Amino acid sequence: MAYSEKVLDHYENPRNVGAFAKDEAGVGTGMVGAPACGDVMKLQIKVNGQGVIEDAKFKTYGCGSAIASSSLVTEWVKGKSLDEALDIKNTAIAEELALPPVKIHCSILAEDAIKAAVADYRKHQEAKGE
Amino acid sequence: MLKFPIYLDYSATTPIDPRVVEAMIPYLSEHFGNPASRSHAYGWEAEKAVELARADVAALVNADPKEIVWTSGATESDNLAIKGSAQFYQSKGKHIITLKTEHKAVLDTCRELERQGFEVTYLDVQEDGLLNLDAFRAALRDDTTVVSVMMVNNEVGVVQPIEEIGEICRERGIIFHVDAAQATGKVDIDLQKLKVDLMSFSAHKTYGPKGIGALYVRRKPRVRLIAQMHGGGHERGMRSGTLATHQIVGMGVAFRLAREEMATENERIGLLRDKLMNGLTDIEATYVNGDIAKRVPHNLNISFAYVEGESLIMAIKDVAVSSGSACTSASLEPSYVLRALGRNDELAHSSIRFSIGRFTTEEEVDFTIDLLHRKISKLRELSPLWEMVQEGVDLNTVQWAAH
Repeated sequence: MAYSEKVLDHYENPRNVGAFAKDEAGVGTGMVGAPACGDVMKLQIKVNGQGVIEDAKFKTYGCGSAIASSSLVTEWVKGKSLDEALDIKNTAIAEELALPPVKIHCSILAEDAIKAAVADYRKHQEAKGE
Repeated sequence: MLKFPIYLDYSATTPIDPRVVEAMIPYLSEHFGNPASRSHAYGWEAEKAVELARADVAALVNADPKEIVWTSGATESDNLAIKGSAQFYQSKGKHIITLKTEHKAVLDTCRELERQGFEVTYLDVQEDGLLNLDAFRAALRDDTTVVSVMMVNNEVGVVQPIEEIGEICRERGIIFHVDAAQATGKVDIDLQKLKVDLMSFSAHKTYGPKGIGALYVRRKPRVRLIAQMHGGGHERGMRSGTLATHQIVGMGVAFRLAREEMATENERIGLLRDKLMNGLTDIEATYVNGDIAKRVPHNLNISFAYVEGESLIMAIKDVAVSSGSACTSASLEPSYVLRALGRNDELAHSSIRFSIGRFTTEEEVDFTIDLLHRKISKLRELSPLWEMVQEGVDLNTVQWAAH
């Protein structure tokens, strides 16, 4: 299959690979997908006191498009508020990476990973507030 | 000097041996005659070449040249053998037995026969990829007329117990078809000894050209077929169509070379495969798929846990190999052969088939081992599954959000 140059670039030089400690303050962790389906994405966001995502890390088990989609969203969420991050749509990811139709599910998974990370962060904040 | 990408996909197809190409060319130019032309020298010359090739193909498998029918390839041979015999003998019964790990050319042919009112049993194989003979005996019925079992599996390279299956079938008067597309030039085939009634061959898996194959049809005891291609009555009515002289000449030379060079070639290839296997099983959490002893020396099928197949293929684009994951297609289906061996989806997705052949060098194998070591470690750094396993998490206990 022919990949776009952007997919290849993210695949060859993935941005922000790594992990934060899950219990670190301000960290939200989203893990989506399943090994049996061929993709698992783990996206972590680190949110500062102003509610802005100041850093993000990912690890992905999946095809080149899945790796590129998650690498791209770590770049996109940085500097955004949680609500702005939730506004990132899979169509924008697919368009940026020029994903072919059979790889659209990778961009959907990346959008889901953002939602899961934000939800996890909010859950931790609520738990702290109680 | 290494030439990239390094070709390690000989089970998909092989390059045509230069000696084969050389023999074919005159039959594309000056010797263009139709082998069915009986009235002039052009036809006689072509016919002579066709019959010489028929003898070479027969010799590789110790058969009579009269038992060889030319086809367009193993897919057509499988279709002719299974449909042709099932339809001819349908007054005796309409039950067919095959394996879940057969090639699609056999499985889809059986599906078509189911639509025509036949009943098909698709047998499981053991974890090592081999058919259990007791399970086979138990599946036989009074109305079983045709059994189809491949000699060498295309994905994992295991060699099925053809001799034993043949004995069981002959005892009960069941037609036994064997797809030997992946077997010629790799294992000894003696059709005087094996109780096989029909056997499919392909040229392009054995350093011959694409678009030509053959079907062995036993004469003693005689096996009958209903033709699937009608026309001028070529090949004793079993397969009409003008013979492709140049292709046939190519297949003949390719099979002659296989017969002459097989013993020394397989020894060399086996050493290279073992080197590759030892070099790759060095990597943590790798699993060889299929029995290692009952296997052709050309094949190594190996799963690399916690990395995904397609990204692995991308990472190792300097080697041309096949993946057990068909996720380049719209459906995200892992290999049905590895599933039948009991591999879970994840290991099926992360499997790579390396197939070695006549032109593989030790330098290429060394490069491949080094490349895989580097890339697997890079992809595992990226893999959340690897991270969890390193932390001691049992992945089977995780609740995944399937999508």
